[in-house]
Amino acid sequence: MTGLRADGLRLAYDDRVVVPDLSLTVPEGRISVIVGANACGKSTLLRALARLLTPKAGSVHLDGRSIHGMPTRDVARRLGILPQAPVAPEGLTVIDLVTRGRSPHQSWWRQWSSADETAVTGALRATGLTDLADRPVDELSGGQRQRAWIAMAVAQETPVLLLDEPTTFLDLAHQIDVLDLVVDLNRHQGRTVVMVLHDLNQACRYADHVIAMKAGRIVTHGTPADVVTPDLVSEVFDVTCQIATDPVSGTPLVIPTSRHHVHNGQESPVRTDA
Amino acid sequence: MRGTRVRLLAVSLAVLLVLCVLSLAIGTRFVPPNDVLPALFGHGAGDIEALIWGVRLPRTLLALLVGAALGLAGAVMQALTRNPLGDPGLLGISAGAAFGIVVAVAALGVTSLYGYLGAAFVGAAIASAVVYVLGSAGRGGATPVKLALAGVAITALLTSLTSGLTLVYPEALNRYRFWAAGSLAGQDSGVVVRALPFLLVGIVLALAMAGALNSLSLGDDVAVALGRRVRLVRVQGVVAITLLTGVAVAVVGPIVFLGLVVPHVARAVTGPDQRWLMPFAMVLAPVLLLAADIVGRVIARPGETEVGIVVAFVGAPFFIALVRRRRLAEL
Amino acid sequence: MAALTTVRLTTPPVSWVVRPRLLAVSVALCCAGFLLFCLGMTVGDYPLSLGQVLAALVSEGSYYDQVVVYDWRMPRALVGLLVGIAFGMAGALFQTITRNPLASPDVIGISAGATTAVVAGIVLGFGAGIGTQTLGLAGGVGAALTIYLLAWRRGTTGYRIVLVGVGVAWMCTSATGYLLARAKLHEAQAVVGWMVGNLNDATWGRVVPLLVSMAVLVPIAVVLGGWLRTLSLGDDVAVGLGTPVQQARLVLLLSGVGLVAFGTAAAGPVAFVALSAPQIAKRLAGWPVPPLVTSGFAGAVIVLGGDLVARSILPGTQLPVGVVTGALGAPFLLWLLTRANRAGSGG
Repeated sequence: MTGLRADGLRLAYDDRVVVPDLSLTVPEGRISVIVGANACGKSTLLRALARLLTPKAGSVHLDGRSIHGMPTRDVARRLGILPQAPVAPEGLTVIDLVTRGRSPHQSWWRQWSSADETAVTGALRATGLTDLADRPVDELSGGQRQRAWIAMAVAQETPVLLLDEPTTFLDLAHQIDVLDLVVDLNRHQGRTVVMVLHDLNQACRYADHVIAMKAGRIVTHGTPADVVTPDLVSEVFDVTCQIATDPVSGTPLVIPTSRHHVHNGQESPVRTDA
Repeated sequence: MRGTRVRLLAVSLAVLLVLCVLSLAIGTRFVPPNDVLPALFGHGAGDIEALIWGVRLPRTLLALLVGAALGLAGAVMQALTRNPLGDPGLLGISAGAAFGIVVAVAALGVTSLYGYLGAAFVGAAIASAVVYVLGSAGRGGATPVKLALAGVAITALLTSLTSGLTLVYPEALNRYRFWAAGSLAGQDSGVVVRALPFLLVGIVLALAMAGALNSLSLGDDVAVALGRRVRLVRVQGVVAITLLTGVAVAVVGPIVFLGLVVPHVARAVTGPDQRWLMPFAMVLAPVLLLAADIVGRVIARPGETEVGIVVAFVGAPFFIALVRRRRLAEL
Repeated sequence: MAALTTVRLTTPPVSWVVRPRLLAVSVALCCAGFLLFCLGMTVGDYPLSLGQVLAALVSEGSYYDQVVVYDWRMPRALVGLLVGIAFGMAGALFQTITRNPLASPDVIGISAGATTAVVAGIVLGFGAGIGTQTLGLAGGVGAALTIYLLAWRRGTTGYRIVLVGVGVAWMCTSATGYLLARAKLHEAQAVVGWMVGNLNDATWGRVVPLLVSMAVLVPIAVVLGGWLRTLSLGDDVAVGLGTPVQQARLVLLLSGVGLVAFGTAAAGPVAFVALSAPQIAKRLAGWPVPPLVTSGFAGAVIVLGGDLVARSILPGTQLPVGVVTGALGAPFLLWLLTRANRAGSGG
């Protein structure tokens, strides 16, 4: 029994229940993307899968063992997490940060093995940060900083990688870079990836498996082609849309309708519930 | 939210008023609240009138002024340094005042009450000016962390020198330790009159910068984008804090804890908007100070416990409970 | 790619990263510390040269020199050295764990707790039976436990520890003020002498408990200090990297508290060392967070140097070392602050 699985999760911050009862099996070796409107519980779910949040009920199993019962270091060798908007101490250089991704593999007497070096060099190259390795993280641009954090998670070399909105702060080119990088990690190294993404079209293009959430529940899940329909988008995001085919990737392309742009004869309903 | 705030502010003011009456009534000699008002307006018995006008009224007014000053200064300080530990003492003001007193006694032989107060205020003002200059030297100007570290360093320096002097001059130690306990007792109306102009200027300066501090709380860059002159705001803030805290500390001793706790409480009530936070801090701080002063007069009868000690023992548990109860906004 | 200077063996599989600047600063501070340690033992009513001290240290030189060095002067020098290391390392631990450069034991109430206990002992008169050392230790540990328990609410956060610590510190400081205002003047003077930190009464009896406790605590802190690397990235990232955050924070805080409490028991809360030493070490070494061992050496240099200055500026008077550590450490920290070309630092 391998992989990441959640059973009957109940997640809450203090008394505020965000996810009442949720079960999920993450497809192994695939890229899963969690989508949903703001505050639907997608980041909360990701935090629970990464043991950053202890569920009030239910359990998360990694490779058949309860994630909360495992030594946290063992988990860290199998599952990496990049939280939203992490903060590095001022003056920490890129290479120092990426090197810290190796800490679950290190011990006091083995602080810099050749495996560490290979992993860090590889992570820097994959994220295009090799030339910036000696720059302090806080002096980098937003996009470079985000890539440095991703490089840290990459250097951790875990079979499962969880990313909470990895494309925030990035310009379009870097968004594509990062998501292509994620695909590389998945295709070439067989890593299982679970991401939270804001952009539904990016989710469609990069996900093997889309998990759509609303109000703490999974509305549906499956391949983008099967799952992403006008009805789903309307239910999850409260937006009417048409679905076209992405001319580049052949995946669904969500085109929201707008009150101000009425084209080819189709009248858009005026929203009155806003 | 707005209605709630107005109502809460009204309640706080009412509590403050009740405390004022109690403060006039309670003491070594109890004056029934019925007799307080006549005495205040000159219709009371002669001795009661003398007591109220000569002792209790200056003391109550002082508590109001000093409390408002410390609460307001704390709010400004935390907004300026964006550090939840930013109490007005962080600019080196308490340490400066302490050093001023010790130097005045040890080196200049000052013995009068106004002499101490003047020395304490001058010490506080010099210390905060030095902290600001040092904290803004170098590239980047007066960033919050640099200001805070400079304040801590100057505090350490002055505290060391104060300890050194008190060890060599016992008389200075004597004066210093009574000041350091923090007390509202033994001040006459002359002190109130002398302190008032400084405090008023400080209060006006502080209240006038509420909007600017709101912008500053979003970070220096955003503040500039919103058209604030960040450097000017900082200078104005430091001047206001120095006036408010310098006077308060000189008169009643280092009870700056008030300036640390009250803004946190006010923030928990009103949220981070400085335009509400500041008035709340100005009302809540005197409430705490007056209540502490009254408690101090009651618990150790016939003597009294210094207000600084009561403030700490009432305020600190309250503060800790607050820290535990909710996630205080990280500034 | 930036090459890290590394030491790596294949059998046994051992590897370390060498940081040239950090190493150089550490070695320099260590040497400076030892030099001050020896220089401190040359000063006194019976002046010795540095050569005589060094000879006596390796059991050469005259019998009398050896008596002076070992029996009279070494306790003082050793207490200074050990207390400096203890405060420096403890400061680095606290500042890194809480991610706040102001969170030294002086600020978050541990030193204040020790002070209150000692002052109460002296002023209320039960100190004579128990001894300053035990009181200081009990006060420091008691304050730390109180802070930790009060900050515990489904786990702790560095932020909550700092704020609760400030509250506890204020209560202790005002209790001290209260006691001080009620003490007789000569008692008050004794108390103030202890409160700034003092090496004047150092004896072998004070060295031994400090030495034993540090022999346990320093290795723990150094070995487990690896966790600081991930803790400084924030709780979430640290968990993701497999750091047992709650346990790590508890153990590291406990060792920090132990270092402060034993140090304070031996020499009083020597002003400003725990706050300034890590910041000074961090800026000298150009390191993003205070380096643990280097901060210890920096602390030793500050305390020993301070003691040397304290005895030289007013010969004859026994000026407490804390008067000087504050007066010396503060300008140095300020100088480093203004010289730093980047704006401040949050480490």
